[in-house]
Amino acid sequence: MSTKAKSSLFLQGAVDSSPLILAAIPFGLIFGALAITTGLSAWATLSMSLFVFAGASQFIAVSLLASATALPVILLTVFVVNLRHMLYSASLMPQVENLPQKFRIPMAFWLTDETFAVVSNQLARKADSSGLHWYFLGSALAMYTVWATCTVIGIVLGQQIPDIASWGLDVAMIVGFIGIVVPNLKLRADWACAATAMFSTLMTYNWPNQTGLLFSSFLAISVAVILESRFQTVVEQNHE
Amino acid sequence: MNEWLLIAAMTVLTFTPRYLPFGLAGKVKIPPILERALTFVPIAVLTSIITQSSLIREGELALNLANHHLIAVLAAFVTALISRRLFLIVAAGLVAFLMAKCLL
Repeated sequence: MSTKAKSSLFLQGAVDSSPLILAAIPFGLIFGALAITTGLSAWATLSMSLFVFAGASQFIAVSLLASATALPVILLTVFVVNLRHMLYSASLMPQVENLPQKFRIPMAFWLTDETFAVVSNQLARKADSSGLHWYFLGSALAMYTVWATCTVIGIVLGQQIPDIASWGLDVAMIVGFIGIVVPNLKLRADWACAATAMFSTLMTYNWPNQTGLLFSSFLAISVAVILESRFQTVVEQNHE
Repeated sequence: MNEWLLIAAMTVLTFTPRYLPFGLAGKVKIPPILERALTFVPIAVLTSIITQSSLIREGELALNLANHHLIAVLAAFVTALISRRLFLIVAAGLVAFLMAKCLL
Protein backbone atom coordinates (compact mmCIF):
# COMPACT_ATOMS: atom_id res chain seq x y z
CA MET A 1 0.00 0.00 0.00
CA SER A 2 1.35 3.43 -0.95
CA THR A 3 2.24 6.05 1.65
CA LYS A 4 -0.47 8.23 0.18
CA ALA A 5 -3.13 5.56 0.63
CA LYS A 6 -1.94 4.94 4.20
CA SER A 7 -2.07 8.58 5.19
CA SER A 8 -5.45 9.01 3.57
CA LEU A 9 -6.80 6.09 5.62
CA PHE A 10 -5.14 7.52 8.74
CA LEU A 11 -6.80 10.88 8.13
CA GLN A 12 -10.13 9.24 7.32
CA GLY A 13 -10.01 7.41 10.64
CA ALA A 14 -9.49 10.68 12.48
CA VAL A 15 -12.23 12.47 10.51
CA ASP A 16 -14.77 9.67 10.95
CA SER A 17 -14.08 9.70 14.69
CA SER A 18 -14.53 13.45 15.06
CA PRO A 19 -18.18 13.36 16.19
CA LEU A 20 -17.34 10.86 18.92
CA ILE A 21 -14.16 12.69 19.83
CA LEU A 22 -16.04 15.98 20.17
CA ALA A 23 -18.55 14.14 22.30
CA ALA A 24 -15.71 12.85 24.50
CA ILE A 25 -14.39 16.38 25.19
CA PRO A 26 -16.78 17.02 28.11
CA PHE A 27 -15.78 13.64 29.54
CA GLY A 28 -12.11 14.58 29.50
CA LEU A 29 -12.85 17.96 31.07
CA ILE A 30 -14.95 16.40 33.80
CA PHE A 31 -12.30 13.77 34.49
CA GLY A 32 -9.59 16.38 34.96
CA ALA A 33 -11.84 18.50 37.17
CA LEU A 34 -13.08 15.56 39.22
CA ALA A 35 -9.62 14.08 39.77
CA ILE A 36 -8.15 17.33 40.98
CA THR A 37 -11.06 18.02 43.34
CA THR A 38 -10.75 14.54 44.88
CA GLY A 39 -7.12 15.25 45.73
CA LEU A 40 -5.14 13.56 42.98
CA SER A 41 -2.12 15.71 42.05
CA ALA A 42 -2.13 17.48 38.69
CA TRP A 43 0.73 15.33 37.38
CA ALA A 44 -0.90 12.10 38.49
CA THR A 45 -4.17 13.17 36.85
CA LEU A 46 -2.46 13.86 33.54
CA SER A 47 -0.38 10.68 33.81
CA MET A 48 -3.51 8.64 34.28
CA SER A 49 -4.89 9.99 31.00
CA LEU A 50 -1.56 9.40 29.26
CA PHE A 51 -0.77 5.90 30.55
CA VAL A 52 -4.10 4.32 31.45
CA PHE A 53 -6.12 6.05 28.71
CA ALA A 54 -9.47 4.48 29.55
CA GLY A 55 -12.26 6.90 30.43
CA ALA A 56 -14.50 4.58 32.40
CA SER A 57 -11.64 3.14 34.46
CA GLN A 58 -10.23 6.57 35.19
CA PHE A 59 -13.60 7.83 36.43
CA ILE A 60 -14.14 4.80 38.58
CA ALA A 61 -10.67 4.98 40.08
CA VAL A 62 -11.11 8.64 40.95
CA SER A 63 -14.56 8.22 42.46
CA LEU A 64 -13.41 5.22 44.50
CA LEU A 65 -10.38 7.22 45.64
CA ALA A 66 -12.78 9.93 46.81
CA SER A 67 -14.59 7.41 49.00
CA ALA A 68 -11.25 6.16 50.39
CA THR A 69 -11.58 2.67 48.89
CA ALA A 70 -8.67 0.27 49.41
CA LEU A 71 -6.22 -0.13 46.51
CA PRO A 72 -6.98 -3.83 45.78
CA VAL A 73 -10.72 -3.06 45.49
CA ILE A 74 -10.06 -0.17 43.09
CA LEU A 75 -7.80 -2.35 40.97
CA LEU A 76 -10.25 -5.24 40.85
CA THR A 77 -13.04 -2.88 39.80
CA VAL A 78 -10.86 -1.34 37.10
CA PHE A 79 -9.99 -4.79 35.80
CA VAL A 80 -13.62 -5.92 35.61
CA VAL A 81 -14.65 -2.70 33.88
CA ASN A 82 -11.86 -3.24 31.36
CA LEU A 83 -12.96 -6.74 30.43
CA ARG A 84 -15.21 -5.27 27.73
CA HIS A 85 -12.03 -4.15 25.95
CA MET A 86 -11.10 -7.80 25.73
CA LEU A 87 -14.30 -8.40 23.79
CA TYR A 88 -13.45 -5.49 21.49
CA SER A 89 -9.95 -6.80 20.96
CA ALA A 90 -11.21 -10.34 20.31
CA SER A 91 -13.72 -9.13 17.75
CA LEU A 92 -10.91 -7.42 15.78
CA MET A 93 -8.61 -10.48 15.89
CA PRO A 94 -9.13 -11.38 12.21
CA GLN A 95 -8.12 -7.83 11.23
CA VAL A 96 -4.82 -7.88 13.14
CA GLU A 97 -3.65 -11.46 12.59
CA ASN A 98 -1.30 -10.50 9.75
CA LEU A 99 0.08 -7.42 11.47
CA PRO A 100 3.46 -7.30 13.23
CA GLN A 101 3.58 -6.68 17.00
CA LYS A 102 4.80 -3.12 16.45
CA PHE A 103 1.26 -2.36 15.27
CA ARG A 104 -0.65 -4.61 17.64
CA ILE A 105 0.89 -3.09 20.79
CA PRO A 106 -0.02 0.56 20.11
CA MET A 107 -3.40 -0.50 18.74
CA ALA A 108 -4.12 -2.39 21.97
CA PHE A 109 -2.92 0.52 24.10
CA TRP A 110 -5.21 2.94 22.23
CA LEU A 111 -8.27 0.67 22.06
CA THR A 112 -11.20 2.66 23.44
CA ASP A 113 -14.97 2.52 23.16
CA GLU A 114 -14.81 5.37 20.65
CA THR A 115 -12.14 3.97 18.35
CA PHE A 116 -13.68 0.51 18.48
CA ALA A 117 -17.10 1.94 17.63
CA VAL A 118 -15.77 3.86 14.63
CA VAL A 119 -13.57 1.03 13.36
CA SER A 120 -16.29 -1.61 13.62
CA ASN A 121 -18.66 0.79 11.90
CA GLN A 122 -16.15 1.12 9.05
CA LEU A 123 -15.82 -2.68 8.92
CA ALA A 124 -19.59 -3.06 8.68
CA ARG A 125 -19.74 -0.57 5.79
CA LYS A 126 -16.72 -1.67 3.76
CA ALA A 127 -15.95 -5.14 2.48
CA ASP A 128 -12.28 -4.30 1.90
CA SER A 129 -10.50 -4.03 5.24
CA SER A 130 -6.93 -3.70 3.96
CA GLY A 131 -5.02 -0.93 5.69
CA LEU A 132 -7.60 -0.88 8.46
CA HIS A 133 -4.81 -0.47 11.01
CA TRP A 134 -3.97 2.94 9.57
CA TYR A 135 -7.61 3.93 9.90
CA PHE A 136 -7.56 2.59 13.48
CA LEU A 137 -4.38 4.51 14.36
CA GLY A 138 -5.76 7.74 12.89
CA SER A 139 -8.85 7.45 15.03
CA ALA A 140 -6.86 6.45 18.12
CA LEU A 141 -4.21 9.14 17.90
CA ALA A 142 -6.82 11.86 17.44
CA MET A 143 -8.70 10.51 20.45
CA TYR A 144 -5.51 10.30 22.54
CA THR A 145 -4.44 13.86 21.76
CA VAL A 146 -7.86 15.30 22.55
CA TRP A 147 -8.20 13.23 25.72
CA ALA A 148 -4.86 14.41 27.09
CA THR A 149 -5.56 18.04 26.16
CA CYS A 150 -9.02 17.96 27.76
CA THR A 151 -7.58 16.46 30.91
CA VAL A 152 -5.23 19.42 31.22
CA ILE A 153 -8.05 21.91 30.61
CA GLY A 154 -10.18 19.99 33.11
CA ILE A 155 -7.44 20.23 35.75
CA VAL A 156 -7.41 24.01 35.32
CA LEU A 157 -11.22 24.27 35.22
CA GLY A 158 -11.58 22.03 38.27
CA GLN A 159 -9.66 24.57 40.29
CA GLN A 160 -12.00 27.36 39.06
CA ILE A 161 -15.43 25.64 38.81
CA PRO A 162 -15.54 22.72 41.24
CA ASP A 163 -19.15 21.68 40.43
CA ILE A 164 -18.61 21.26 36.65
CA ALA A 165 -18.88 17.48 37.07
CA SER A 166 -22.58 17.80 37.95
CA TRP A 167 -23.59 19.60 34.74
CA GLY A 168 -24.51 16.38 32.95
CA LEU A 169 -22.09 16.98 30.07
CA ASP A 170 -21.50 13.23 29.79
CA VAL A 171 -24.70 13.07 27.73
CA ALA A 172 -22.70 13.93 24.59
CA MET A 173 -20.88 10.61 24.69
CA ILE A 174 -24.07 8.64 25.17
CA VAL A 175 -25.83 10.15 22.16
CA GLY A 176 -22.62 9.53 20.20
CA PHE A 177 -22.91 5.83 20.93
CA ILE A 178 -26.57 5.91 19.82
CA GLY A 179 -25.32 7.27 16.51
CA ILE A 180 -23.06 4.26 16.12
CA VAL A 181 -25.43 1.54 17.28
CA VAL A 182 -28.78 2.46 15.73
CA PRO A 183 -27.72 2.78 12.06
CA ASN A 184 -26.08 -0.65 12.39
CA LEU A 185 -29.27 -2.38 13.53
CA LYS A 186 -30.12 -4.19 10.31
CA LEU A 187 -30.93 -7.84 10.95
CA ARG A 188 -33.61 -9.10 13.30
CA ALA A 189 -30.80 -10.59 15.37
CA ASP A 190 -29.25 -7.11 15.73
CA TRP A 191 -32.46 -5.67 17.15
CA ALA A 192 -32.86 -8.66 19.46
CA CYS A 193 -29.28 -8.14 20.62
CA ALA A 194 -29.89 -4.46 21.43
CA ALA A 195 -33.22 -5.14 23.13
CA THR A 196 -31.75 -7.93 25.26
CA ALA A 197 -28.79 -5.77 26.24
CA MET A 198 -31.15 -3.00 27.29
CA PHE A 199 -33.58 -5.09 29.33
CA SER A 200 -30.84 -7.12 30.94
CA THR A 201 -28.95 -3.96 31.92
CA LEU A 202 -32.13 -2.62 33.54
CA MET A 203 -32.48 -5.86 35.50
CA THR A 204 -28.87 -5.95 36.66
CA TYR A 205 -27.94 -2.29 37.20
CA ASN A 206 -27.49 -2.77 40.94
CA TRP A 207 -24.93 -5.55 40.56
CA PRO A 208 -21.53 -4.48 41.87
CA ASN A 209 -18.57 -3.24 39.80
CA GLN A 210 -20.39 -3.12 36.47
CA THR A 211 -20.70 -6.88 36.40
CA GLY A 212 -24.25 -6.26 35.12
CA LEU A 213 -22.79 -4.68 31.99
CA LEU A 214 -20.64 -7.73 31.29
CA PHE A 215 -23.43 -10.18 32.04
CA SER A 216 -25.87 -8.26 29.83
CA SER A 217 -23.40 -8.11 26.97
CA PHE A 218 -22.82 -11.86 27.07
CA LEU A 219 -26.54 -12.56 27.31
CA ALA A 220 -27.36 -10.24 24.39
CA ILE A 221 -24.64 -11.78 22.22
CA SER A 222 -25.89 -15.31 23.00
CA VAL A 223 -29.48 -14.39 22.15
CA ALA A 224 -28.37 -12.81 18.87
CA VAL A 225 -26.29 -15.83 17.85
CA ILE A 226 -29.12 -18.27 18.62
CA LEU A 227 -31.68 -16.17 16.74
CA GLU A 228 -29.36 -15.72 13.79
CA SER A 229 -28.75 -19.45 13.39
CA ARG A 230 -32.51 -20.16 13.75
CA PHE A 231 -33.26 -17.61 11.06
CA GLN A 232 -30.65 -19.06 8.73
CA THR A 233 -32.06 -22.57 9.17
CA VAL A 234 -35.52 -21.31 8.18
CA VAL A 235 -34.11 -19.64 5.06
CA GLU A 236 -32.26 -22.80 4.09
CA GLN A 237 -35.38 -24.95 4.57
CA ASN A 238 -37.47 -22.64 2.41
CA HIS A 239 -34.78 -22.89 -0.21
CA GLU A 240 -35.01 -26.68 -0.53
CA MET B 1 -2.10 5.84 49.18
CA ASN B 2 0.68 6.16 46.66
CA GLU B 3 -0.96 7.60 43.54
CA TRP B 4 1.91 6.45 41.31
CA LEU B 5 1.48 2.86 42.43
CA LEU B 6 -2.21 3.17 41.55
CA ILE B 7 -1.43 4.51 38.08
CA ALA B 8 1.22 1.85 37.35
CA ALA B 9 -1.12 -0.96 38.40
CA MET B 10 -4.02 0.52 36.43
CA THR B 11 -1.83 0.81 33.35
CA VAL B 12 -1.03 -2.91 33.49
CA LEU B 13 -4.63 -3.93 34.25
CA THR B 14 -5.96 -1.82 31.40
CA PHE B 15 -3.40 -2.81 28.79
CA THR B 16 -3.54 -6.56 29.45
CA PRO B 17 -7.18 -7.25 28.45
CA ARG B 18 -6.82 -4.89 25.48
CA TYR B 19 -3.71 -6.65 24.26
CA LEU B 20 -4.31 -10.34 25.01
CA PRO B 21 -6.59 -11.17 22.05
CA PHE B 22 -4.53 -8.96 19.69
CA GLY B 23 -1.36 -10.72 20.78
CA LEU B 24 -2.87 -14.15 20.22
CA ALA B 25 -4.44 -13.32 16.84
CA GLY B 26 -3.12 -15.67 14.17
CA LYS B 27 -1.67 -18.03 16.76
CA VAL B 28 -4.99 -19.43 17.94
CA LYS B 29 -7.88 -20.22 15.64
CA ILE B 30 -11.22 -18.96 16.92
CA PRO B 31 -14.15 -21.26 16.12
CA PRO B 32 -16.63 -19.85 13.55
CA ILE B 33 -19.47 -19.67 16.09
CA LEU B 34 -17.33 -17.47 18.35
CA GLU B 35 -16.38 -15.33 15.38
CA ARG B 36 -20.08 -14.81 14.61
CA ALA B 37 -20.73 -14.03 18.26
CA LEU B 38 -18.01 -11.39 18.34
CA THR B 39 -19.62 -9.45 15.50
CA PHE B 40 -22.42 -8.61 17.95
CA VAL B 41 -20.01 -7.09 20.49
CA PRO B 42 -20.46 -3.44 19.42
CA ILE B 43 -24.27 -3.57 19.59
CA ALA B 44 -24.35 -5.51 22.85
CA VAL B 45 -21.75 -3.56 24.83
CA LEU B 46 -22.59 -0.08 23.55
CA THR B 47 -26.34 -0.60 24.10
CA SER B 48 -25.59 -1.71 27.63
CA ILE B 49 -23.44 1.39 28.24
CA ILE B 50 -26.16 3.64 26.76
CA THR B 51 -28.84 2.05 28.95
CA GLN B 52 -26.73 2.22 32.06
CA SER B 53 -25.89 5.88 31.66
CA SER B 54 -29.27 7.16 30.48
CA LEU B 55 -32.11 5.14 32.02
CA ILE B 56 -30.36 4.82 35.35
CA ARG B 57 -29.53 8.05 37.18
CA GLU B 58 -27.76 8.12 40.53
CA GLY B 59 -28.25 4.40 41.03
CA GLU B 60 -32.01 4.45 40.43
CA LEU B 61 -34.17 3.57 37.45
CA ALA B 62 -35.37 6.94 36.09
CA LEU B 63 -38.07 6.58 33.43
CA ASN B 64 -39.48 10.11 33.64
CA LEU B 65 -39.22 13.53 32.01
CA ALA B 66 -37.04 14.85 34.81
CA ASN B 67 -34.34 12.58 33.43
CA HIS B 68 -32.86 14.85 30.77
CA HIS B 69 -30.44 12.15 29.65
CA LEU B 70 -33.41 10.00 28.69
CA ILE B 71 -34.90 12.82 26.59
CA ALA B 72 -31.56 13.32 24.81
CA VAL B 73 -31.27 9.61 24.11
CA LEU B 74 -34.82 9.42 22.71
CA ALA B 75 -34.18 12.40 20.42
CA ALA B 76 -30.93 10.86 19.20
CA PHE B 77 -32.64 7.50 18.67
CA VAL B 78 -35.43 8.97 16.54
CA THR B 79 -32.90 10.98 14.51
CA ALA B 80 -30.79 7.87 13.99
CA LEU B 81 -33.78 6.03 12.55
CA ILE B 82 -34.08 8.75 9.89
CA SER B 83 -30.44 9.63 9.22
CA ARG B 84 -27.13 7.78 9.48
CA ARG B 85 -25.16 11.00 9.97
CA LEU B 86 -23.35 10.85 13.29
CA PHE B 87 -23.00 14.64 13.63
CA LEU B 88 -26.73 15.11 13.14
CA ILE B 89 -27.58 12.42 15.67
CA VAL B 90 -25.24 13.88 18.30
CA ALA B 91 -26.51 17.41 17.61
CA ALA B 92 -30.16 16.33 17.96
CA GLY B 93 -29.38 14.65 21.28
CA LEU B 94 -27.55 17.69 22.63
CA VAL B 95 -30.23 20.17 21.50
CA ALA B 96 -32.90 18.02 23.15
CA PHE B 97 -30.80 17.85 26.32
CA LEU B 98 -30.35 21.61 26.50
CA MET B 99 -34.03 22.25 25.75
CA ALA B 100 -35.06 19.81 28.45
CA LYS B 101 -32.70 21.44 30.92
CA CYS B 102 -34.02 24.94 30.17
CA LEU B 103 -37.74 24.20 29.68
CA LEU B 104 -38.61 21.29 31.95
